[in-house]
Amino acid sequence: MALTLAAVAVGLVSASGVPGMVLPGRPRLGQLLSCAALCAGAALGIGAAVSALAGGTALNVHHPWPVPLGSLALRLDGLSAIFLLPILAVPALGSVYGLGYWPQHVLGGRAARLQLLYGLVTGSMALVTLADNALLFLFAWEVMAVSSFLLVLTEQEKPGVSRAAFAFLAATHVGTFALFALFSWAGNARHSFDFAQWQGLPAAGATGVWCLALLLAGFGLKSGLAPLHFWLPGAHAAAPSHVSALMSGVLLKTGIYGLLRFTGLFDAPPVGWGMTVLVLGAVSAVLGVVLALAQHDLKRLLAYHSVENIGIIAMGVGLALLGRARAEPALVLLGFSGAALHVVNHSLFKSLLFLGAGSVQHATGTRDLEHLGGLGARMPFTSLLFLVGAAAISGLPPLNGFASEWLVALGALHSMDRPRGDVVGFAVLAAPALALVGGLAAACFAKVQGTVFLGNPRSEHAAGAHESPTAMLLPMAALALACAAIGLAPSLLLPPLARAAAAWAGLPPSALAGPAAEAGRSATLVSGAALALLLAAAALWLFRRRRLPGPMPTAETWGCGYASPTARMQYTASSFAASLVRGFGWAVRSRVRLSPPRGLFPAQASFATEVADPVLDGVLLPAAGAGERWLVRLRAAYPGRIQFHAVLILLTLVATLVWSLLL
Amino acid sequence: MGAWVDMVFVLLVVIDLFVLASSRLGAVIRAVGVQGALLALLTVLLASSAHDLGHVLVLAIGALAIKAMLIPWLMFRAIREAAIRREMEPVIGFVPSMVLAGAGVALAFAFSGGLPLPSPGKHPFLVPTALATVWCGFLLVVSRRKAVTQVLGFLMLENGVFVFGLLLSDIMPVMVEAGVLLDLFAAVFVMGIVLFHINREFSSLDTEKLSALKD
Amino acid sequence: MTDLLARALFQAGLVLLAPPLLLGIVNRVKALFAGRKGPPLWQAYLDLAKLLRKGAVYSRTTTWVFRAGPVVGLAAVACAGLMLPVGGQPALLAFPGDFILFAYLLGLARFFTALAALDTGSSFEGMGAAREVTFASMAEPALFLALIVLARATGSLSLSGMLGPGLTGAWSAAAPALLLALIGLFVVTLAENARIPVDDPNTHLELTMIHEVMVLDHSGPDLAFILYGAAMKLFLFGAVVVGLVQRSGTAGPWASRAWFLLGVAGFAVLVGVVESVMARLRLTRVPQMLVGASVLSVFALVLLLR
Repeated sequence: MALTLAAVAVGLVSASGVPGMVLPGRPRLGQLLSCAALCAGAALGIGAAVSALAGGTALNVHHPWPVPLGSLALRLDGLSAIFLLPILAVPALGSVYGLGYWPQHVLGGRAARLQLLYGLVTGSMALVTLADNALLFLFAWEVMAVSSFLLVLTEQEKPGVSRAAFAFLAATHVGTFALFALFSWAGNARHSFDFAQWQGLPAAGATGVWCLALLLAGFGLKSGLAPLHFWLPGAHAAAPSHVSALMSGVLLKTGIYGLLRFTGLFDAPPVGWGMTVLVLGAVSAVLGVVLALAQHDLKRLLAYHSVENIGIIAMGVGLALLGRARAEPALVLLGFSGAALHVVNHSLFKSLLFLGAGSVQHATGTRDLEHLGGLGARMPFTSLLFLVGAAAISGLPPLNGFASEWLVALGALHSMDRPRGDVVGFAVLAAPALALVGGLAAACFAKVQGTVFLGNPRSEHAAGAHESPTAMLLPMAALALACAAIGLAPSLLLPPLARAAAAWAGLPPSALAGPAAEAGRSATLVSGAALALLLAAAALWLFRRRRLPGPMPTAETWGCGYASPTARMQYTASSFAASLVRGFGWAVRSRVRLSPPRGLFPAQASFATEVADPVLDGVLLPAAGAGERWLVRLRAAYPGRIQFHAVLILLTLVATLVWSLLL
Repeated sequence: MGAWVDMVFVLLVVIDLFVLASSRLGAVIRAVGVQGALLALLTVLLASSAHDLGHVLVLAIGALAIKAMLIPWLMFRAIREAAIRREMEPVIGFVPSMVLAGAGVALAFAFSGGLPLPSPGKHPFLVPTALATVWCGFLLVVSRRKAVTQVLGFLMLENGVFVFGLLLSDIMPVMVEAGVLLDLFAAVFVMGIVLFHINREFSSLDTEKLSALKD
Repeated sequence: MTDLLARALFQAGLVLLAPPLLLGIVNRVKALFAGRKGPPLWQAYLDLAKLLRKGAVYSRTTTWVFRAGPVVGLAAVACAGLMLPVGGQPALLAFPGDFILFAYLLGLARFFTALAALDTGSSFEGMGAAREVTFASMAEPALFLALIVLARATGSLSLSGMLGPGLTGAWSAAAPALLLALIGLFVVTLAENARIPVDDPNTHLELTMIHEVMVLDHSGPDLAFILYGAAMKLFLFGAVVVGLVQRSGTAGPWASRAWFLLGVAGFAVLVGVVESVMARLRLTRVPQMLVGASVLSVFALVLLLR
């Protein structure tokens, strides 16, 4: 029943863009119908997922169909349900946002095409989580990749968009190639391409190393795990904001879903798997947040934060794998629940932040932090909702980011339960790494919130801003409420997460009951502390109102006696982050363009910094350039005459004959 | 007794880390001197009954005299001649060199149990401390710009080798140990003379100016 | 039941009432070193009462964030105090992983203080906020590492367990590691509370300030909240340091509480002495000091894990 609902939801969501395309003469109605269809499909799917989570047993269906090697095999278990929730919720809210941000009655056919692709990408992502057969999985994966590529290309007349979209397409196809290799190996080993037959694959020895490499290449490229993140900032900054929200919020998570699903199929993963994923996660988290600190394009900054959060999720997955390697149920529970909860939390607050960035761009026309400022007075609701998202992503209590980061950190601490001398004990160093990442993220979002919404406007664009329409505010409010709700009551979500963790690790649910109960008790006390915080803040606010009744006198901000201060004298985003970026200079190379003031009465001076992505601009582009030069030289040495081509054909024929003789 | 020996080893490593973090030459010279004194103390503490107490005391007093008194005095004279008191920003920066030192110390302590060594029964901290001190000495030589700090790095390296020597003191006769100490003294004496000449030639002890040697 | 009530009252009373006295002791010690007589020990209470009576002036650039900053800051620090074990007795709120919540609540206070500073649109406050978040992001891992050493040594993941009865056994088994963790904790205390050698709480020049410049525009009850919150934060860190040093032994609950109070007073004297004999570090040296504290704690952790 729930599975049928989910399948119907997939179909409805994929086809939701059609009304917009078939009603070009009534654009408002068409877009509204598309949005309603997407939301209805999402509601059906979310209902199915919630009932699957509450029920606790996996549902599957299997129909052979005429596609060779393939079959219509669908499966809805705890893991699929957890990922299905954000995959359907975020695009639904994004399409409501699109009613105000990308209206069809203003933008015409482009908006209708976007709506169609939006539905397609959502449906294919949902199908990825439900697929139980390799070919169905790859079909959905490819539809997802191509439709998101076309979504990134929406504004292709702008500079840099085509380049970013092509980098994205190349990266995702290299990943798909790795997945093809992995699936063909597994399919040949088990003589079937249904995932149900793939349970208990061997993970030891050289086979295990290759499998891990292919898994990390395929799913790491999709989820943006460093150093495979190079395509992410460009693609997420180039797309329209509600598309970026979808991509950052849920598209990256399909990579994590694949990683979790397929490591679950392997038997007894060795310690090396867990350690590799944990270390890559930590590197990704630190690198992502440091590169984010150095950005001053709002959407590129948010995209780098996605790299950071994917790193945190990967740390949780790594801890869960270590728990399976050493048969520690506490590690499995805490690592898996932390990772899964962070998947949901990140999709909520990252989409909130991207929608906020879209509102800022819509109101001011610019994404550059150095030209914004003072928007809090002009866009009060957007500012408040963005603040909720910023506090959530920094992992501050009482919001949801703290709950999932707390679970992952607790898992890292439990890895010390090992006896002395066990290398798994060193996984405890993930907890201070998480603290470093949290501190840097809070610094970055203090910078963003302060530079964009607080202070004085730094340009005419910012001074002329206006609040967004209701269609754009409602989805943001819904996301912010969800963040607060999960943050205040995380203990309610632990039982279904524990069941899903047990199913993933192949353990009976009773094995995780002890750690789950202890974590649940601690989580309840965390909620208690959160409530105490809210009460204390309310009490202090009331006390302050009593001591300061009525409006207080106002004055100019003290500026040390400057005769005519300008808004450009405020601290800029780059200066705020300067000492941190300099401290991490070994990872982040900034290029400085300086034209200093000259002469006794200087007229013009300018200063700009730019940070290049270390993997893309430091490794891949120079390597590609060197390869291109080598190939050009090869081509110059290549004689273009007909006789040479004929010789090549002759040689190939001879070689084929010899090979078939020898075999 | 066991707790005090633990404390001495830990203090040796803490001095290594302090030397890598500090930019004041006076403090670094004194720290290396204190390290030498601690090594003399360690010689006495780790002496087992198989040893001739007289030989052990001679070794300890020799180490104290040379490492803790003579060599720091020589180094202070060298920096007074050259009139320098501070180290410049090292080639890889203070924070990265501290992080590298910390990583080296952590790896040494975590994995030195796996090394195939003759008599592991002396003290579990001995081999890791020796390795850590050698690593920190090398880091100093490689990453610092002033010649004086490089000499101090060499001294720390020798301290680490001395700690290793304590592992083998059942096997190595006292004469060899004394020979090592004499060798050290002679090396530092020669280095002092070289420093004096570098300073006279270039009016500075910055080794960047020595890069023309390759021509 | 009455024991629980007594414990709750004592702890709440201590966390709420003692912090300004701590400031008084620190200032008195500094004055004595400078050859002055110094303000009375209860001066901070008088300052708070005076500020609460005054009105406030607000900058025209500021929004509700500026008014909310001190409120959220004080509320967060007070909630962190709920998890503090006092005198070897368990705290009101104790669970595995509570020190993570402790550290992140302090981070919440810092986040809102930095936002309130950026809200004024002044470059001074922006500079202070930038420095504060920079040093805080390096102090957090150092704090975590020191507490993890404690967790490993005592086998408990809760602050109340780390600073409770298990500590005596930990000191006899792993004294060098705990000593290194103590040094790390003290360095983090100086950094997080903006004391010399990291920041000078007495001057208001932009070259030396980190914390003082962030609150330049606050006045009246807002400034009272900020002052009180800073004192409470110093008290919380001091309680952790004293708890680490103090072994519970066989003394009864009231005796260990008395020793604890004496220990906190001694901690305040020590902070005063350190502030009087050391000079403020150059700002580029502060990250080096914090990284050094982290490296010491990592070394201590490796000693316990091998």
